[in-house]
Amino acid sequence: MKTIFRSLLFILVAAVSLNSCAPTGSNKETKGTAKGAIAGNAAEKVYVAPGEHDSHYAFLSGGFSGQLAVYGLPSGRLFRVIPVFSQDPEKGYGYNEETKPMLMTSHGFIPWGDSHHPDISQTSGSVDGRWVFINENNTPRIARISLETFETEEIIEIPNSAGNHSSSFVTENTEYVVAGTRFGVPIPQRDISIKDYKGNFKASLTFLKVDPETGHMNIAFQVRMPGFDYDLSHPGRGKSHGWFFFSTYNTEEAHSLLEVNASQNDKDFIAAINWKKIEEYVKNGGGKKEPAKYAHNLWNDDEHSATSTMEKEVLVVEPKDVPGAIFFLPTAKSPHGCDVDPSGEYIIGNGKLAAAMTVHSFTKMQKAIADKAFDGEKYGIPVIKFDAVNYGVLDQPGLGPLHTEFDTRGNAYTTFFISSEVVKWNIKDLKVIDRHPVYYSVGHLMIPGGNSQHPDDKYLVAMNKITKDRYLPTGPEVCQSAQLFDISGEKMELLLDFPTIGEPHYAAGIAADKVAPKSRKIYKLEENKHPYAVKNEAESKVVRKGNEVHIYMTMIRSHFSPDNIEGVRVGDKVFFHVTNLEQDYDVPHGIAMIGANTSEMLIMPGRTSTIIWEPKEVGVWPFYCTDFCSALHQEMQGYIRVSPRGAKTPLTYTLDGDVPGTDE
Amino acid sequence: MVSLFKTELTQFKLYKIMKISKILMVVGSLLLLGLFVFPLWKITLLAPQYPEPLGLNIHITHLSDGVQFNDVKNIDLLNHYIGMAHLPTEENIKTGKAEPFVEFKIFPIVVGIMVVLGVVFGFMGKPNLYLTWLIIMILLGIAGLYDFYNWLYIYGHNLDPNAILKITDPVTGKPMGYQPPFFGYKKILNFEVYSYPDIGAYAIAAGMVLAFFAWITGKKEVKR
Repeated sequence: MKTIFRSLLFILVAAVSLNSCAPTGSNKETKGTAKGAIAGNAAEKVYVAPGEHDSHYAFLSGGFSGQLAVYGLPSGRLFRVIPVFSQDPEKGYGYNEETKPMLMTSHGFIPWGDSHHPDISQTSGSVDGRWVFINENNTPRIARISLETFETEEIIEIPNSAGNHSSSFVTENTEYVVAGTRFGVPIPQRDISIKDYKGNFKASLTFLKVDPETGHMNIAFQVRMPGFDYDLSHPGRGKSHGWFFFSTYNTEEAHSLLEVNASQNDKDFIAAINWKKIEEYVKNGGGKKEPAKYAHNLWNDDEHSATSTMEKEVLVVEPKDVPGAIFFLPTAKSPHGCDVDPSGEYIIGNGKLAAAMTVHSFTKMQKAIADKAFDGEKYGIPVIKFDAVNYGVLDQPGLGPLHTEFDTRGNAYTTFFISSEVVKWNIKDLKVIDRHPVYYSVGHLMIPGGNSQHPDDKYLVAMNKITKDRYLPTGPEVCQSAQLFDISGEKMELLLDFPTIGEPHYAAGIAADKVAPKSRKIYKLEENKHPYAVKNEAESKVVRKGNEVHIYMTMIRSHFSPDNIEGVRVGDKVFFHVTNLEQDYDVPHGIAMIGANTSEMLIMPGRTSTIIWEPKEVGVWPFYCTDFCSALHQEMQGYIRVSPRGAKTPLTYTLDGDVPGTDE
Repeated sequence: MVSLFKTELTQFKLYKIMKISKILMVVGSLLLLGLFVFPLWKITLLAPQYPEPLGLNIHITHLSDGVQFNDVKNIDLLNHYIGMAHLPTEENIKTGKAEPFVEFKIFPIVVGIMVVLGVVFGFMGKPNLYLTWLIIMILLGIAGLYDFYNWLYIYGHNLDPNAILKITDPVTGKPMGYQPPFFGYKKILNFEVYSYPDIGAYAIAAGMVLAFFAWITGKKEVKR
């Protein structure tokens, strides 16, 4: 009895002491560390006083929102969401007639996209602040956004591709922006069994030439690659300029349960592509033009209208036809990020499943190629011997390495998804210098100018997939977030958390003084070449063409002209072509029409925009200005009388009782 | 022209002092030509929502944007809230919203005449003529300033009875006037308004000072 009592007591004691190290307790500890890790003057470092400007722009991918978000660093303040691949009713993007063609694809109009990797254009290996390129993963597309207007100017679809993920990175003089394929597909698409994946499914690595003046993109050539999953890519720079590197997984060519079947090989590859050599080959008439169908949507800023053109062919290059241009570098296991250091010497594979960083040497690669130090080939592409190309491996610096960026002092910063941390390590020594937890499960990270020869290495932004308890809860769906670090010292210092839109896959940053002075303030009315523009109130009018009614309307503080319209009939198609006559900075007007099956329009000074309204009911229906424009904004309203189908109500349009242009 | 120039050169060599007074007079009157390039006066408006101010440049021939592109149009647009008359911009004249300023026709002629007169007087080399020119300039200047003040008064008080904003002066109980300052600073509603002479006016002033010194130096020379 006594022994039983003793053992019961023992169990009780053990239970109590065990309970004290239960998860709740340790969780509190973790939180304590998280806050304790913030140095006393962190607030000072991110405080941008009211009215003062941030030192950097950060362009964060909007992920599954399809857009691009513009933040300021170090404050983490959100300035603007630029609509790119998804409709944006706030701005009328994808709803008004001018921007609808931007979302055209070979599959027709698609209202949504999954934006991923923004990258800023470069000149001589430095970010130049002219354009941001960003890829769409689902319906493969690349967009170009102007950093003068902060508007999407061009979207080009990528044919023969699916899962446009290893994109849209630019070479060091913006010669090319590159788009890779994550999901192998039959090329051309055809009705075959999925089981026939191996050898029959292919991937395309697409090189888009960028016009140095206008930024206009055109597909220069596509390299037809074996059907591996090309996950991420980065250009060579400096000594390795002229090469492009793509990480691959699923070299097993699995087509089902990839989480297991594509994780069998201990080493996958980094594909090294000598694009200068292929460019030369193409220049000399190489490659084969194949039929293809892809949309090329271009914004004309003078007419501020987009046109969508369906392209019909694409130039395809087979690796076997350009010997010495393409090689595979064995890299530990299912590498995600494929990153090139600022000098261009080190090509780093972030071995997602091996917990190892594989560092290849460009110098060794060149020697290996010259010595033909190959370990066989895959689909005719030489595989370089691992030891002949590898500089070294950093083993187990953390779990689940995804992406790496660099400073100018020879250090790399790698994100670890599983162990939820950023690790700073020295590339040459392959030694870890510092590590810092992030909250939680970081994906990409960004150092301004990260994909260039000259990183601007004061700040690092870590983009986290999970936030859980970091912010006030907002139901089951909580925000994703970014965390700002100061990396100017030996140790990384956490400064700030800020929420992001969508899922921030990668970001691009640049010093504000490279962009802000060039940011457009106003569109000049006299330069407005929109076909339906009206340059002054006297010319505003309403014209009937069969059952189409075209309203040439103007807006200026604070009225529409005309603002009373009669003679519209049920069954008509009413076009609002509205011009904002303002020529003052930051005085946009909006317009919304009751019953219109579309969004409002937000129209900048000097611009014209069009929406369609198809009235279905008899009555007198108001429209109004949606953007608080002046003290008389509430008065900025008007009416349209809708008569029955076939009614004889004469078409009239007036402002203050007179036909515009006829008063006095 | 060539022979005249040569004669001048010889005269310059003979009468060095006369050269200076003549140069002063000729240069002084030529300075007025600056009025065809630079504004005479500048009115600047600052408000909470205009951290970069609005500016109205007043030239002898027209109005122009003082700080940023389209300032005149934007000032005109703001004026409509308080019922101020439209400014005589090209567009407003074309659409019949405003009458052209007669001054924009007269001023260039007057200035042109004064330049010619000044140059001719300079070459004639008579100090009393310099003084005459200076006195005419002073009289014209006073007339011009009076005219300017008058316009400011008219714009500030001649308001549309249907104006959107009708604000009464809390002291007098009468409708508030919006006359911009003639010289210096004045707070008008949300705007801080500054009114100062601009390069053109400084050119006139410099021209008149030179004419004055031309007269002084010229007189000394005659005594000698």
